[in-house]
Amino acid sequence: MAESVNDRCCCSATAEVLEQTAAIAAKGRDRPEMLIPILHQVQAIAGNSIDHQVAQVVAREMRLPLARIYGVETFYSFFSAKKRGKIIIRLCKSAPCHLKGTQGILEAFEKTLGIKAGETTADGKFTLETCECIGACDVSPAALIDGVVYGNLTPAKVSELVSSLGEGVKA
Amino acid sequence: MKETRILLAQAGEITPTSAKEYGAVGGYQGLKKALAAPDKIVDIIKASGLRGRGGAGFPAGLKLSFTANTPADQKYIVCNADEGEPGTNKDRVIMEKVPHRLIEGMAIAGVAVGADKGYIYLRAEYPYVAEILEKALADARENGFLGTDILGSGHNFHIELFIGAGAYVCGEETALLDSLEGKRGEPRFKPPYPGVAGLWGKPTVINNVETLANLPGIVANGPAWFRQTGTETCPGTKLFSLSGNIANPGVYEFPIGTSIRTIFQEAGGGCPGGKKLMAIQTGGASGNIIPASLLDTPMDIDCCAKAGATFGAGDLMFIDDDQCLLDILENLMEFFEEESCGKCTPCREGNTQLLYLVRKFKDGTAEDGDLELMLELGNTMTGGCLCGLGQASPNPILSAVRFFPELFKTKSTQKGRVS
Repeated sequence: MAESVNDRCCCSATAEVLEQTAAIAAKGRDRPEMLIPILHQVQAIAGNSIDHQVAQVVAREMRLPLARIYGVETFYSFFSAKKRGKIIIRLCKSAPCHLKGTQGILEAFEKTLGIKAGETTADGKFTLETCECIGACDVSPAALIDGVVYGNLTPAKVSELVSSLGEGVKA
Repeated sequence: MKETRILLAQAGEITPTSAKEYGAVGGYQGLKKALAAPDKIVDIIKASGLRGRGGAGFPAGLKLSFTANTPADQKYIVCNADEGEPGTNKDRVIMEKVPHRLIEGMAIAGVAVGADKGYIYLRAEYPYVAEILEKALADARENGFLGTDILGSGHNFHIELFIGAGAYVCGEETALLDSLEGKRGEPRFKPPYPGVAGLWGKPTVINNVETLANLPGIVANGPAWFRQTGTETCPGTKLFSLSGNIANPGVYEFPIGTSIRTIFQEAGGGCPGGKKLMAIQTGGASGNIIPASLLDTPMDIDCCAKAGATFGAGDLMFIDDDQCLLDILENLMEFFEEESCGKCTPCREGNTQLLYLVRKFKDGTAEDGDLELMLELGNTMTGGCLCGLGQASPNPILSAVRFFPELFKTKSTQKGRVS
């Protein structure tokens, strides 16, 4: 499943982010079933990750054990304890995309971004992830980037895609 | 033979989110009938012979009856929209093109069993589908098809959309329920089954999107109408997700029992680039891999089982003769090793070991006894794992050993190419 807690990096959430986190998590006080929707919202304002401090605030406000927050955030692949970039590129590596040449697409992304799968660019703009089936098998090989499916990818299309995605995104 | 569009009849013809437009082409007639005679619905679904479209093929009417017959102060309808099986995207098409069909199906199920609350558990990989569903739900509420006192009947039915967070195992119904409760999505021990003790311990009907989308047509037109299509033991149409080395990948609707060859040629357009078809993975990543010589197998639960194929959720991944089957098996086992939740030992350890053994065959380093070990392990998992993930994950390997034995040579340099 998702990465282990040991992979977490040092905390970097600002006071403002922690305050916003508290406000979101307070809506789920004594409602443990709200944990997943709340983690989605929190992650969106906390830099695409839920670090140690953020998790502690969620636990405190929802009145849940910290272990419950860790358990859930490390189980699901859309949550990350590790800091990630502003744009997450999720490249599908499941069999239907694999058959259509995901490996070549992955290499093109790695080359264009100068990072390996699982890493974030130094300017904090992009995180490159490989993921399992995104249900876009009709346009494989495909990637899910900020909620949009980019299909029928070819290695040649990758660098243009990356530059258009990066436009207007502050480092 | 062309597609037979019943579930997708209105796809592309109407504004997907509009309840009025759906109503104008016969939509919500099933719900009106259900509200007029709620006690008859379970028997109508039973008589139709509808079987679950998520992969297990369980009789849908029987499932409804478990919940209908369990007295409780609160019951739930849960729609499993977590289609994570690699190669499957048919539920996405239903939700994108005819979301009101799903909403109507859930409301009918609610009226039938006495549930006033429903959840759609949508996978996180479909954020763009979430937008469509939210709009369609709002429109259904506005037009009185959902909410309090629906269509003035005195019945209430509310639907809430829940977004998952990326975990294949949550497609397993009890793992999905745990996830809905805000936990790690780990499968529960059964019994009790969700029908009597599901979400928060309450009786819960949990069905796949496509299963629920079949209810409106059956209730509106009757079981005899439904049985006109498909086979005796498996009536109706099925959405097939075509992927892999095929000219026209996509989702197509055919009567159950249509041969793989017809679907492959008529809808799929064959293999592109003059390549020859080598194999087909049937039923998704956890389904059997069969040789091209079995192309005439009818896609129906029983015929598939007899031929050594898998019906599953209706996936067909076509593999041309340029591919290496051992490479594909490695990819599939990487998937299961990654997605095993780790709760039960045979799945957690078994998938890791199967991946290790497949890699040995791929690399040409397999030794005497490795094949036997792989088969023994696979069969142990099939019988010993807690949920469908581990029970089915050895299928690709076990079927490949059966149909492509020449691939599994020990200390051999032969690669996956056959034919």
